[in-house]
Amino acid sequence: MNLNILWFILIAVLYIGFFILEGFDFGVGILLPFMGKAGGGASADTMRRTMINTIGPHWDGNEVWLLAAGGATFAAFPLWYATMFSGFYLPFFLLLVALIIRGIAFEFRSKDDNPKWRALWDGCMFLGSLFAPFLLGVAFSNLVRGVPIDDQMLYAGGFLYLLNPYALLGGVTVVMVCVLHGAIFLSMKTTEVLRERVHKIIPGLWVVSVVLAVIFLIATFFSTGISDKPGILAWVVPIACALALLAAGYFIRRKREGWAFGMTALTLALVVVMFFVILYPNVMISTGPGPSLTIYNASSAPYTLKVLTTVAVILLPIVMAYQAWTYWVFRKRIETKADTLIY
Amino acid sequence: MDPLILARFQFASTTVYHFFFVPLTLGLSVLVAVMETLYVATGQEVYKRMTRFWGKLFLINFAMGVVTGIVQEFQFGMNWSEYSRFVGDVIGAPLAIEILLAFFIESIFLGVWIFGWDKLSKGMHAAAIWLVAIASTLSAYWILVANSFMQEPVGYAVLPDGGLVMTNFFTLLTNPHVWHQFPHVVLAGFTTAAFFVMGISAYHLLRKNEPDFFQRSFKMAAIVGVAATIGVGLVGHAQGQYLVEVQPMKIAASEGLWDSEDPAAFSVLIIPDMTNRRNTLDIRIPGMLSFIMYNKFTGEVKGINEMQTEYETTHGPGNYIPPVPILFIALRTMVGIGFLIIFMTLYALIFMVIRRRYDQGAIILKAFTLAIALPYIANTGGWMLTEVGRFPWTVYGLIRLDESVSPVVSAGMLLTSLVGYVVVYGLLIVTTVYLLGKYARAGPAAADVSGVLQPEKED
Repeated sequence: MNLNILWFILIAVLYIGFFILEGFDFGVGILLPFMGKAGGGASADTMRRTMINTIGPHWDGNEVWLLAAGGATFAAFPLWYATMFSGFYLPFFLLLVALIIRGIAFEFRSKDDNPKWRALWDGCMFLGSLFAPFLLGVAFSNLVRGVPIDDQMLYAGGFLYLLNPYALLGGVTVVMVCVLHGAIFLSMKTTEVLRERVHKIIPGLWVVSVVLAVIFLIATFFSTGISDKPGILAWVVPIACALALLAAGYFIRRKREGWAFGMTALTLALVVVMFFVILYPNVMISTGPGPSLTIYNASSAPYTLKVLTTVAVILLPIVMAYQAWTYWVFRKRIETKADTLIY
Repeated sequence: MDPLILARFQFASTTVYHFFFVPLTLGLSVLVAVMETLYVATGQEVYKRMTRFWGKLFLINFAMGVVTGIVQEFQFGMNWSEYSRFVGDVIGAPLAIEILLAFFIESIFLGVWIFGWDKLSKGMHAAAIWLVAIASTLSAYWILVANSFMQEPVGYAVLPDGGLVMTNFFTLLTNPHVWHQFPHVVLAGFTTAAFFVMGISAYHLLRKNEPDFFQRSFKMAAIVGVAATIGVGLVGHAQGQYLVEVQPMKIAASEGLWDSEDPAAFSVLIIPDMTNRRNTLDIRIPGMLSFIMYNKFTGEVKGINEMQTEYETTHGPGNYIPPVPILFIALRTMVGIGFLIIFMTLYALIFMVIRRRYDQGAIILKAFTLAIALPYIANTGGWMLTEVGRFPWTVYGLIRLDESVSPVVSAGMLLTSLVGYVVVYGLLIVTTVYLLGKYARAGPAAADVSGVLQPEKED
């Protein structure tokens, strides 16, 4: 295996880490207005604070996986980074706005107890959590579907080209799986009324997710070049992805929260794997008139890849270790008691 | 409108905005870490309260630094795709390593620190903020490695097809340019934090609010401030003497020196005429610029016109002259404030800390509160000097700004994003200043309860 392939895989790994981790905190953010209602003696605000506190220590570290994926793309495949970021200009701008208002909402929401202030940041957290995975789903769907690229290796479509039905379906599906993933996370991290409330909606979320995911996976066979791929991976991965989501349903019925969470995490991971399997050996598939960007014609030179590999091989396991440790430190459920909450 | 102008304005405004938050993070993280270490070492409750109070202000500022930093990472690809394609082989690496080595640590351990007060031992908890502080400093180093390459490219080769590749990573990391920039930026961070803490402490000292708490805070900040302000000045001076060798055009333009001189005079005030390439008004001190640059009253300082001719010979016809008025003002603003804040920290140390006279007159204490703004203005001036002085180059001598901008991004798209950033950033700065002001004025009592200003009322 050469370093170009290794970095293609490493970037996939960074996106997998991102979708598994930030996937659930996006889900929690989207569920905030729906689950964060008064009940069992606790105010709506206390409910929302409880929800936010389940992801409070983690969301920022989770988000860095996305930035790491972006940074790794810049370093290992500069032409991919340049073409995609300038080509998908408006979606990425909206993604930035979503990440900004969401990130600030975590820190600012609790700093004033005026109800209007809190409602403002709740809105920011909801919208940011909704649009970020949606836009990333749209971006990835477009990558695997193919976009026009000219002979200068630049994006040649407009903004509206990106808003095709397949990509929009991809965006909605990613959002829905994140919501399910987040709901299961909440069921693992909360108690009493809030937990029961979340338990009630999970089966419904699961059904919607399965329907969307199945339609999206079928659409993928027609809208992308997946069926032309040699080898069995192109068939195994989407089927495994569907099975993982179905298995999540089984564990939801059996009230095995941890296993269900593992299965939605696996679903998200396999979606990313599927995207990268379809892409390989391209990083941006061209529908013409120019050639596709590949892991070879878009990459940095061997020396730079060698430097990057050395650094990443040492650091990435360390990052995973200390991040895992933080999940262990904050492993307890968050009780719905206003005076015990930090944020 | 010209996309290049819009892209440049967007980069300048978002970068300056981002750097409102970075220096305070760099300095205040260390001060808070020292406070918490003192708490762990002495067990005195006042240090815990100091950690909580200054920590809360630190967090509000930190959040803004994080979210505005994401824009920076995306912006290279979005607005400057040709630059990214050309330079990605070299600059991508330090930026990616910054995320893996520093940003992960900062983000993850800050979460641990905020939520871990009753989950970790005292020592472990203090270790978390130290990790955040160290990672912030590391982060600055890697970003500045990238910026220094743009000022003074090293460790690279240009391939026959015009592509740029890294040839020596170690050379990139030991670029003499970064070893001037990095200490300057870190010390500017300590300076910013010192004035922030002194200013807010002075506000409360004036009101006789928790004197012990704020005297300790003021004292710590004043000691750090004296070292940081003198240090940042000395490094800055060395930087100037270094730049006259490696970026003579930047120095000439920031001094308004059109023609080479030996000995060179220092201009106190000029009215530059960019079209005719001369100054219509020039008030000068003979020999002073040579003295600043070479520690003696002789020595040639190259002028703008000579550098222009030199660049035309080596790089072809074109305009290689950065906007003189901006640089002239930026440099003098930075240096002027630099001297002023050295005097202020010395006053604080000698007349307040050493003599233990914190009950100064209202004018003195109010001056310290107002002086919170001074490092921010100087920081902005410094970056204007560094970045505008790079004109017309994106990477010095290798790629120009007009060759760097994204060809597929239209003026309309740039204008859309620019208006978006102006609105979002505008609202956020108002909110941030409101929150910082509110918690700074409320004092330590409000920070003693977790999360909210007052314990939440159940309804």
